[in-house]
Amino acid sequence: MPMSEVARPRQDVVAARNQISLFSLFKTFLTIGAISFGGGVVAYIREYVVRGEQWMDDEEFLDALEVGQTLPGLIAVNLSVIIGDRIRGAAGALAAAVAILLPGTIVVMTAGVLYVGNRQNPAVNHFLGGVAAAAVGLLTAVALQLGHKQLVHIRDFLIVMATFVAISLLHRSLITVILVIGPIAVFLYHPTTHRSGRIKPAKTREPIPLAGHR
Amino acid sequence: MQSTKILNLMWVFALLSLVAVGGGTAVLPEMRRMLVGHFHWLSDKQFREIYSIGQIAPGPNMLMVEVIGFRLAGAFGAVVVGLAFFIPDCLITFYVNRVWKRFEGSPWRTAIQRGMAPVAIGLMLSGTYTVAKISIVDLTTGLLALVVFAILYFRHVNPAILIIIGGTITLLVHGF
Repeated sequence: MPMSEVARPRQDVVAARNQISLFSLFKTFLTIGAISFGGGVVAYIREYVVRGEQWMDDEEFLDALEVGQTLPGLIAVNLSVIIGDRIRGAAGALAAAVAILLPGTIVVMTAGVLYVGNRQNPAVNHFLGGVAAAAVGLLTAVALQLGHKQLVHIRDFLIVMATFVAISLLHRSLITVILVIGPIAVFLYHPTTHRSGRIKPAKTREPIPLAGHR
Repeated sequence: MQSTKILNLMWVFALLSLVAVGGGTAVLPEMRRMLVGHFHWLSDKQFREIYSIGQIAPGPNMLMVEVIGFRLAGAFGAVVVGLAFFIPDCLITFYVNRVWKRFEGSPWRTAIQRGMAPVAIGLMLSGTYTVAKISIVDLTTGLLALVVFAILYFRHVNPAILIIIGGTITLLVHGF
């Protein structure tokens, strides 16, 4: 698989990566999966992979993130697959994806079994009701911070509005919306669409704002 | 009967995973449409409560889909939903990422990345709106959402702490 000129890691980095064992890759993503409470898993991955283990620099991390958030799926899981693949190929991708999901699966299933057994308990209902309300505050903050960083053009806002209106007010199916608005949005950003031929870059490449810790 | 339900769960979550542009929050409206609206498998209250369980666990919040599988079809349902929701995206990411590198600097690649970003944000807002519609049911929950939003937007606090405090507040307000 040929790598492009831009994203090619340095030879010494590649050599160093071959020294990283599948086990330590698994262990690191397992740790991230176990401590990333409160969402913002991407920030934890960056903390561990870039700052802690120094398996890649920030530039390569942000490249991976751009791909991971464009493709369908949970961004943290996509990112784990990409990072695992860059470090140890297919086995690395599998190890990272399983490791990031395993601790949360154990906790969520334990809580889920307890919930299903106690779902008529008013205390459980009241507690989970407050959790959901707090989550609304969290989701709004994440969406607005992300929007603040990524929405540059009036065109961006129109696409956001069209998407929101189609899903939330007109109750169109997600597939329809993606198949209709997606190609239009991509077309609007193709350089030939603009006379200048250049697209104003996003304000920053720091896409994910909220994390449990810095 | 049960096997039909398992098959339905499998294709619903596999389909949801394919349209999860911009992460998990983006599919919440469609997930609710299918589970609460189309199949009548869950009530809004149950959907909200299972969503909340995902907020308490570490890792991606959308792991809560496994609880939906468990609630609807037992342990096997949890496994089927988990695999159906995660495997397609992992495979797509694995293969497309390898091909994607060849298009570095291509105007189409840039256009896709830049064009899909506002679509993803619009979908996140829709997901947020869905959770808000089923979660903000009275003054307490409304104020709670507002205060948590204000704290997180302007200050750097671990959201998990606010989530737990939020649950405790409604528990205390409504009694045990």
